[in-house]
Amino acid sequence: MEIQDSKSTLQVIPRNNEKIKKIWKTAGILLAITVAEFVMAFTMERGLLLYALFIILTIWKAKYIMMEFMHLGDEVKPLFYSIIVPLIFLVWLLIALAKEGTDIFMMRW
Amino acid sequence: MSAHSTAIGVSSKRGTWGGGNEPLKASYGKLMMWFFLLSDIFTFAAFLISYLSIRLSYPAYNGPLDSFVGSNEYWPVPELVFEAVPFLHGFHAPLVFVGIMTFILISSSVTMVLAVEAGHRNDRNDVVKWMLWTMVGGITFLSCQAWEWNHFIHGTDTGSIMTYINSLSREVTETVFGANLVVNEYGPPAFAQLFFFITGFHGFHVTIGVVLLFLAFYQAAVGVYDRRGHYEMIEKIGLYWHFVDLVWVFVFTLFYLI
Repeated sequence: MEIQDSKSTLQVIPRNNEKIKKIWKTAGILLAITVAEFVMAFTMERGLLLYALFIILTIWKAKYIMMEFMHLGDEVKPLFYSIIVPLIFLVWLLIALAKEGTDIFMMRW
Repeated sequence: MSAHSTAIGVSSKRGTWGGGNEPLKASYGKLMMWFFLLSDIFTFAAFLISYLSIRLSYPAYNGPLDSFVGSNEYWPVPELVFEAVPFLHGFHAPLVFVGIMTFILISSSVTMVLAVEAGHRNDRNDVVKWMLWTMVGGITFLSCQAWEWNHFIHGTDTGSIMTYINSLSREVTETVFGANLVVNEYGPPAFAQLFFFITGFHGFHVTIGVVLLFLAFYQAAVGVYDRRGHYEMIEKIGLYWHFVDLVWVFVFTLFYLI
């Protein structure tokens, strides 16, 4: 990238409180989901339903981190999809190997 | 968004195919960071999904929680394995410490976004301040993990009686304390192996992240980015740091909750 000028002091733009507020709001959401997961770990019965809920909540958190913190939503669409689309296959891998694990369990015990 | 780039779109000198353009309107560095992270996501996903698969292939402990003993016949209950807190020996605090670790890492991610935001505004003081906080968070997290590993390796006071094949290929029955790659007092050998490899690989990423944070902090503080005309390096390292946080979110769910 070409550097236009090499002057040592850049123009400092004043804080935009809207933006900073949004960052803290996202942080609050992430914290709230984590607390919810914690409560669920101790109150709900262990089993497939709970595990599925955990994974869905985690993916939900991942969405906030990628879209708000990593600003993936602000990138152009081709870049956005070239990151997101390959990840969809991971969902399949997750389901396939979870099934595989359960099947091995059935054969062993 | 590369806010200060001058070469977005078509270079007037060389045209579309002559080089010097920014594909996908992101700078070279950011684009490569994204694709590196994508490949790293696959590595971690392979680790974590294998964990889930191996865990599901073992029976789960389904007796009463207060009479839980470690055995390599079934997978342990995470909240009964990770229940120690520094300075409170023998105090039963399930998942409290790892909860604190998660909180620390998410907080350091927030301070990192604030540093990136300050970088967009060319505000050197804010960048330096938030980078410093992010580094503090990263180092605290690593220290917590060191303690966690230490506790996991040395184990509880009582240990558990295990029958296993030792490193001399003999079947032995003895009280096992802590964990190594052959046997552990918590559950099947795969439990400790996966714990070491997954949290270790993540910790390795955090360590590299802290080094990168320090470099960026130093360069920001001495005005390298001011002279360069933009704070994009903060953004790129920010991407990496958020990724580390992102992975931890999954490690936390799969290891400590499920």
